Amino acid sequence: MQEQSLASPVPVPTLSAAARRRQLKEKVIAGLVTAVAFTGIAALILILIFVAKEALGLFTDPHARQEASLSKMFLPQVTRPGRPATFVWQPVSSVPKVSMIPLFIGTLKTTLVSMFVAVPLGVFGALFAAEFAPRRLREVLKPTIELLAGIPSVVLGFFALMVMASFVQDLFGLESRLNAVVAGLGLALAIVPVIFTVSEDALTAVPRSYREASLALGATPWETAWKVVLPAAAPGILAACVLGFGRAIGETMIVLMASGNAAIVSARLGDSVRSLSATIAAEMGEVVVGSPHYSLLFFIGVELFAFTFVLNMFATSWTRKVMKRLTGGAG
Amino acid sequence: MKKTLLSSLTALVALATPLAAQAGTLTVKGSDTMVILVQRWAEEFMKKNPGTKVQVTGGGSGTGLSALQNGTTDIAMSSREMKEAEQEKLRARFSTTGVEIPVAKDGVTFYVNETNPVTALTVEQLKGIYLGDTTNWKDVGGPAANIVLYSRENSSGTYSFVKDNVLGGDDYAANAQTLPGTAAVVNAVAKEKNGIGYGGAAYAKGVKELKIKKGSEEFAPTADNVKSGKYPLSRNLFFYLRNKPSGEAKAFIDFTLSPEGQAVVTKVGYFPVK
Repeated sequence: MQEQSLASPVPVPTLSAAARRRQLKEKVIAGLVTAVAFTGIAALILILIFVAKEALGLFTDPHARQEASLSKMFLPQVTRPGRPATFVWQPVSSVPKVSMIPLFIGTLKTTLVSMFVAVPLGVFGALFAAEFAPRRLREVLKPTIELLAGIPSVVLGFFALMVMASFVQDLFGLESRLNAVVAGLGLALAIVPVIFTVSEDALTAVPRSYREASLALGATPWETAWKVVLPAAAPGILAACVLGFGRAIGETMIVLMASGNAAIVSARLGDSVRSLSATIAAEMGEVVVGSPHYSLLFFIGVELFAFTFVLNMFATSWTRKVMKRLTGGAG
Repeated sequence: MKKTLLSSLTALVALATPLAAQAGTLTVKGSDTMVILVQRWAEEFMKKNPGTKVQVTGGGSGTGLSALQNGTTDIAMSSREMKEAEQEKLRARFSTTGVEIPVAKDGVTFYVNETNPVTALTVEQLKGIYLGDTTNWKDVGGPAANIVLYSRENSSGTYSFVKDNVLGGDDYAANAQTLPGTAAVVNAVAKEKNGIGYGGAAYAKGVKELKIKKGSEEFAPTADNVKSGKYPLSRNLFFYLRNKPSGEAKAFIDFTLSPEGQAVVTKVGYFPVK
């Protein structure tokens, strides 16, 4: 250790050359770390600026403004004469129809199904692993579930498309093989590991003294886990769910492969859906650069970004509130 | 230094090649459907004729034909015939109506599940199905079950072909599921008892290809029927030139129509004209 040389008992009024060098080194390192941190933020801001800039054409170009006005994007339009007004997404057409509503519904459906499956699975799995599982089992369980996170989403999508789709169709007697349920289940496979890992970390981070106090007061292990450990880890578990939600809303490949990609407005989960992210992926390849359709796809990107941003904000403020209540109650 | 040496060397090679007497580049522009095919031809051709450079760009048939009128491309590739207005423009500027050379054929096949008793449909029936007006198989002679529609992504050339030639330019029904790639459509229809989908004929495995009914006759999407034009859902893919091809253009077009060039057509998934 170099510090030993500095620990001399004689007080030195001026800094030695070695100390000065050390101080300089320290400053350089601090600067580097700050720069790295800011690079991340800068990249994020630059991406946002780029995406927003490409989407801006939608509002500045008169041709685009006429073809894809806000009312055309969000209000029902008459697409075939003599029929009631509907929400239709058909951007490649002699008269492009650009309603975002079917895409919102599609994203909402797949995300809800996946969260409905993945949150209980992930959280209860984590609770089991952290509180009840024998040590040996836990050492196998955790890496195995984390391994699931390493499976590429194309593979998960392929699995959902080939195996799960037929199974789900036979099970529920659904009309279309590829639908919101299949896509949601495929998504759940991708987000269970996320929710499990982060929740498990939050649960194990709960101080031992909480458990000991609860058990000493006569609570059963189950009561301890359910009424003491789980609430104490609530902020971490919420963070896990938000992370999972963010992944589910933006995940593209699984949804693209397993949802059928039909932009239908309906409440049934058995119908095929088209999500926002899958729409970008499917249509970006051949779109004419600078056309209204191109700007529209970037606009969808901005919307996706806005969703996750707002959600994260709410989650953070809620977490803070819960933390305050928990620590306030304890103190 | 090295670069100039290299370029002078290539120039020498170009001069030595008799076909490429006017060494330079040949530009081909137009139909996005044809880009992949012509790109492949260009690669093969340039391998044989290193002195000639063939530049292939897409943009759509209309773009290619207007480039031909402006004189900015040597060959226009088009998946439709030249319109009269376009011929007029060409005549006004170059006093020629252009030369039309069909180089390949493109056809689309409709598939159903192998268990489906329906074997042939008219184009009108297909239109009704894909517009969402006909929703049950029993309306077209099948079992009483809802039709499950499979379509392609709107970036696909086949999507536009069906839209133009079957739907008459109208939009697909909203509940048509769009899948990435013909293989995905075939796979989905193979597994979906009540499904219907479309794509190139070369892909049809594990599904039943629908014949197209025209009057009292039915036509299967075979190479013969497509070549003779009897199969209704096929179209010619053209090269358009201002004048009779000569020099490099002639060499390139001769290559595309040669047995070797036509073999490429089959490989890419279209039908040969010869």
